Amino acid sequence: MNVQTFNARVATPTTRLVGAMAIASMAWVVLGGLFVTPKDVDQGDAVRIMYVHVPTAWVAYLAFIVTAVASACWLLSRKHSMGFDRVAGASAEVGVIFMAMTLLSGSLWGRITWGAFWAWDPRLTTTAFLLVTYIGYLAVRGLGGSLEQRARRSAVIALLAVLEIPLVHFSVLLWRSLHQNASVLSGDGDIKMDGSMLTTLLVGVIGFTCTFAWLVMHRQRVLAMQDAMEMTQLDAALRERANESSRLK
Amino acid sequence: MSTQLSLGRVARAVAAKDLRIEMRSRVVINQVFPFAGLVMVMFAFALDNDDVLTRVAGGLVWLATLFSLIIIIQRSFAVDTADGALEAQRVAGLDPAGIFIGKALAVMMQLVTLEVVLFLAAIVLYRVQLQSDGVVLLVTCVISATAGLSFVGTLYGGLTAGARGRETLLPLLMLPVVAPVLIGATRATESAFMSGGAAVSDGWPWVGVLVVFAAVFGLGGILSFGSLIEE
Repeated sequence: MNVQTFNARVATPTTRLVGAMAIASMAWVVLGGLFVTPKDVDQGDAVRIMYVHVPTAWVAYLAFIVTAVASACWLLSRKHSMGFDRVAGASAEVGVIFMAMTLLSGSLWGRITWGAFWAWDPRLTTTAFLLVTYIGYLAVRGLGGSLEQRARRSAVIALLAVLEIPLVHFSVLLWRSLHQNASVLSGDGDIKMDGSMLTTLLVGVIGFTCTFAWLVMHRQRVLAMQDAMEMTQLDAALRERANESSRLK
Repeated sequence: MSTQLSLGRVARAVAAKDLRIEMRSRVVINQVFPFAGLVMVMFAFALDNDDVLTRVAGGLVWLATLFSLIIIIQRSFAVDTADGALEAQRVAGLDPAGIFIGKALAVMMQLVTLEVVLFLAAIVLYRVQLQSDGVVLLVTCVISATAGLSFVGTLYGGLTAGARGRETLLPLLMLPVVAPVLIGATRATESAFMSGGAAVSDGWPWVGVLVVFAAVFGLGGILSFGSLIEE
């Protein structure tokens, strides 16, 4: 495998299309979210945070589902194709960024609407645990060793995280239900939404999903190049050693 | 006849080996137990209020246990990786699931002993009261929570064994996973102590959570330990 072939594939028509869709829908979200949609009756301009908060949360969860599915595919596939492993890694990296954005925008929104940056709500707590868990997942990917070893370790960790998240969510749910009657977010489902708000939110979800797909595709290619470079460097080092020993003879 | 040892025999042999090393080196007794005791005293300094201490005693005991778990797990795998003993066990053809169960059992025995000491310390230092009907709940909670902690600890200990920077990586990976155990065991222990007006019967659903947790990670460990320690 040589590095040149990867360079040629950096921008394909698919990535260009997804990138263009991401830019177009993001422009719509900026215009719609900041200027076209009305203020909320109760929250005023603060409701505009929603156009970032909800799509980033959706993308973060999507990213971790992609990581889990790609990890399972790597473990189950007979060829153990490294492509699955790289998609899992790229998706987790992008997911961690989006999850941090979700928590940041959510805590700012929370400060404005319910007067506190943080509440021990099951949804919030689970999201925070998910962030820490995937930071740990990325640390495991950085442990070193062969590509195969990296893929195997991180696939098992990704699947264990899938076991962990429902357990954390359920135990926090039970914990809060015993100590606090109603959670701050429980009234959220009743929000009446203006048509333009709902449209902007949906375009936001599409735009952020396209951005996610675009980032993962490119990141995955960069990872492939990194892996290929490591392999060629190793090959070059081996050749050098072989030449050295033949010269000594 | 198969020359492969049965799972139970491998587990027993590995657990006996780990406990024998501990009996001879006394690292856990001489270092981890005093450390956990120190943590309990430090909590009293930090909270500085007798009523608050009595109220939160259950949580403090489990936090001290979690901190000690990190050290016990690191010790448990340091013994095996120092001389390549983990690889030697694999080369000898031992079933990884058996190694997992054996190491988890040894950790469990050490943790239960530690918890008994910590609960006695809580009764003395934090003035908690344990009624006779809370004892059964407390014992069940300790066994199920410790099983869950040992399985998760052994699983992540095996993953980080021999890796660079394992001292810092292990808590980062392990603590988020054991959060449900901290929540469940703390609530069940508070019910057993009847602190904050909790009834003993409130604690039993939490023991259910702990048992499910232990079962999930016990099974997860048996299935995946082999691929985690593979070089």
